[in-house]
Amino acid sequence: MRIRAQIGMVLNLDKCIGCHTCSVTCKNVWTSRQGVEYAWFNNVETKPGIGYPTDWENQDKWNGGWVSKNGKLQPKIGGKFRLLAKIFANPDLPEIDDYYEPFTFNYAHLQNAPEMITPPVARPHSMITGEVMEKPEWGPNWEEILGGEFKKRSKDYNFKTIEKEIYGQFENTFMMYLPRLCEHCLNPSCVAACPSGAIYKREEDGIVLIDQDKCRGWRMCVSACPYKKIYYNWQSGKSEKCTFCYPRIESGEPTVCSETCVGRIRSLGVILYDADKIEEMANMNDEKDLYEAQLKIFLDPNDKSIQEKAKKDGIPDSWIEAAQNSPVYKMAIDWKVAFPLHPEYRTLPMVWYIPPLSPIQNAIEKGVINNRGPIPNVEELRIPIRYLANMLTAGDDEPIIFALKRMIAMRNFMRAKRVDNVILTDVLDEVGLTEDIVDDMYRTMALAAYEDRFVIPTNHKEYAGETPFDNEIAFDTRSSCGFSFGNGCSEGSTTATLFGGKTHSNTMNGNIL
Amino acid sequence: MNTFLDQFFFGYYPYVAMTMFIVGSALRYDRDQYTWKADSSQLLRKKGMLWGSNLFHIGIILLFFGHFVGLLTPEWVYHPFMSAATKQIIAMIAGSIFGTMCLVGMLILLNRRLFDKRIRKTSKFSDIFILIYLFAQLLLGLLTVPYSAQHLDGSSMIALANWAQYITSFRMGATDFIVSEAWVFKLHLVLGMTLFAIFPFTRLVHIWSVPVQYLIRTSYQIVRRR
Repeated sequence: MRIRAQIGMVLNLDKCIGCHTCSVTCKNVWTSRQGVEYAWFNNVETKPGIGYPTDWENQDKWNGGWVSKNGKLQPKIGGKFRLLAKIFANPDLPEIDDYYEPFTFNYAHLQNAPEMITPPVARPHSMITGEVMEKPEWGPNWEEILGGEFKKRSKDYNFKTIEKEIYGQFENTFMMYLPRLCEHCLNPSCVAACPSGAIYKREEDGIVLIDQDKCRGWRMCVSACPYKKIYYNWQSGKSEKCTFCYPRIESGEPTVCSETCVGRIRSLGVILYDADKIEEMANMNDEKDLYEAQLKIFLDPNDKSIQEKAKKDGIPDSWIEAAQNSPVYKMAIDWKVAFPLHPEYRTLPMVWYIPPLSPIQNAIEKGVINNRGPIPNVEELRIPIRYLANMLTAGDDEPIIFALKRMIAMRNFMRAKRVDNVILTDVLDEVGLTEDIVDDMYRTMALAAYEDRFVIPTNHKEYAGETPFDNEIAFDTRSSCGFSFGNGCSEGSTTATLFGGKTHSNTMNGNIL
Repeated sequence: MNTFLDQFFFGYYPYVAMTMFIVGSALRYDRDQYTWKADSSQLLRKKGMLWGSNLFHIGIILLFFGHFVGLLTPEWVYHPFMSAATKQIIAMIAGSIFGTMCLVGMLILLNRRLFDKRIRKTSKFSDIFILIYLFAQLLLGLLTVPYSAQHLDGSSMIALANWAQYITSFRMGATDFIVSEAWVFKLHLVLGMTLFAIFPFTRLVHIWSVPVQYLIRTSYQIVRRR
C-alpha cells in the first residue's frame, strides 16, 4: 500500500442552476488569451445534448480514455507504437470547428457607422482570420436549455441504451446541467499519451498539470483525454488544461469555479487513496464494476492504521486531519450520493457528481403523486434513471437509485422536521440513514456553508523535497518569479525574439483584426 | 574569384553553419524552451494533413537518412558488398522514390499553408519561408538525378561523399573534391548547409525532440513532486 492524497471535487447537480458563473470566472482568469479563445477549462452543458466539442462523450469517434486489451490497460488511441505513428497527422484530433471558431462582434461599427436607413448591426468576426462570419455554428453552450432540435441533441451518448423517442415529446422532455472541467484522474490517459512526458500528476495533491516548457505540441493528449478537457493553444503550439487553480489550492483557497459558484454546488476536500491499487481497479472486466472498484482505492481517513501509514508515506498531519473532515469523502464514500463522470473510460476521475432530482413524471396527469410510502418511486422521476446511470455509473442503475432515494429521504425528513415539527425516522430507516447522518448531509449538501464546502489544507512546501522539511526546496523558490509563460523568470515580454514570436495581434480586446 | 567562393562555401561555410546549428539549438533550448515545439496547425484545419503531412514527413525522414548514410559511409565499408556504381544506382532510385513522396506531400502542405485563409493568417514568416525553402531544396535534389545519370560510374558520388567525410572529420583539402562538380550539386550543398544554419530559428527544432524516450518509458503514468 502506497498512500497518496488528492484534492477532489464534488458537484451537486441537484443545485446547479446553469448560470455559467464558474465558466466565466474561469475564462477570465485562465483562458482570456490568444490561441485559447475557443478553450473553456470549465464549461456548463445542458443535457441531453452532444456538447462541446461535438459528441465528446462518444469514444468510438474520438478514441479517448483507456481500453482493457488482453487483460492489460492501454490508451484507446493505441499502444506506444500506434500512437507515435499518428504523430504527423493525428486522425483523432478534433478540428477547431468541433469546438467552435472563436468570434467577436464588430462593436465599433455601432458607433462609427454613417447615417443609414436601417440601424447598424455588429456582425460576428472570426478571431482567427478576422473575417466576417455569416453565422457562428457551434459553441461551448450551444444547446443551452435544450436549444436546437431534439433530433440532433438526441445523439447524446448517454441515450445509448434508452428508447429515446418519447423524450422528444414536449410532455416528456427533461433537462439537467452538467458543469465540466478536468477530472484530475487517478489514471489519466493524457499523461499516458504524452510522448514528451510533459504531463504529470502531482504526488502531494493529485493535480494534473502540463509542463509548458516540456510540451512539444505533439497533441496526443487532446485525443487521449476522453473528457476533451485538454486544449491545443494554436498560438503557442502547446497544450493547456485546467490547473485546478493550483496556486490557490496551495494556499488553502478553493478553485475560482468553486469560489464563485452562486449555487454553492461545489465542494473540495482531501481524499486518501492507495496508489498501488490504481492499475488493478481501472482494469475491471465489466465496465459496471468500475465505480465500485474506484471506491476500493479510497482509504478511510478515520482508520488509525491508515493514519499511521499515511504519515509514514509523507502526508502531513494537517492533510490527514483535513481528510477526516473532507466533504468529498463524505458525499462520495460515506453517503454514496456522488459518482464519477463516465467511469467506463477507466481514467478514475476525481471530480464527482451528485445526480439531480427531478419532478415526478406523471404527477400532472394523475393529479396526485403516486405516493408509495414516504419515498416516492424514483423510477417515476422525469430524468430517466438509466440516463443518469449511463453518465455516472457505466449504466448501473442501482447506485443511482440508492443515492436519489437518500436525497429524497433527506428532504422529506428535514421538511417534516422544520415545517411539521415531526421526526420521521421511518423515512430514514428505508435508506439506511440515521438522524445524525442526515443532519450532516443537510449541512454539507443543502446549507453548504463556505467552511463546510471547502476543507483545503495549505500545501506543505517543506514536504516537496526528498525528506520532510527539506530546507533547500522549501526556501529555493523564495523571492523567485511566480506564474509565468515561457522564458522562466523573464518579465513576460511578448515581443518577437530571434526564435520567433506571436503570429497574431490580441483578439481578446474586442477589436477586429 | 571562383576559387575563393569554392573555398568559402565548401571549406569554411560548413563550419559556420554547423556552429550556428549546434550553438543556436543549445541556446534556444536553454533560453526559450517555451518556443520549442512542433507548431502543428492541424487543429485549425484537418484537411490535407493525413496525406500531406504523412507523405512529407516520411519522405523527408527517409531522404535525411539516405543522405546521412550515403555521404558518411566510407568507401571501404561498402566496397565488399557493392561497387560505387551500384551504390549510385541505389541512391538515385531511392532518392527519386522518397523525393517524389516528399514532393507530393509538400505540394499539399504548401497549398494548405499559402491558400487556406486560417493557416495563412496564423503563419509566422518563418513557417512559410521554411516550407518554400525546403521545397526549393527538394526540387534541386530531384534535379541532381538526371545530372547523376550522365555519369553512372559513381565518381561524382564518391567525390561528394569524400568532401562530406573530410569536412565532418576536420581534414584539410575537402574543397578540392567539389570544385569540378556540376552547379546543381553545389547549389544543393549550399542550400543544405544553410538549412542547418537557419534550423535553430525555425520550427525545425522539433526534430531534436523526436519522442524516442516515449517508447522506452517504463510506466504510462508520471507522478512527481513539485
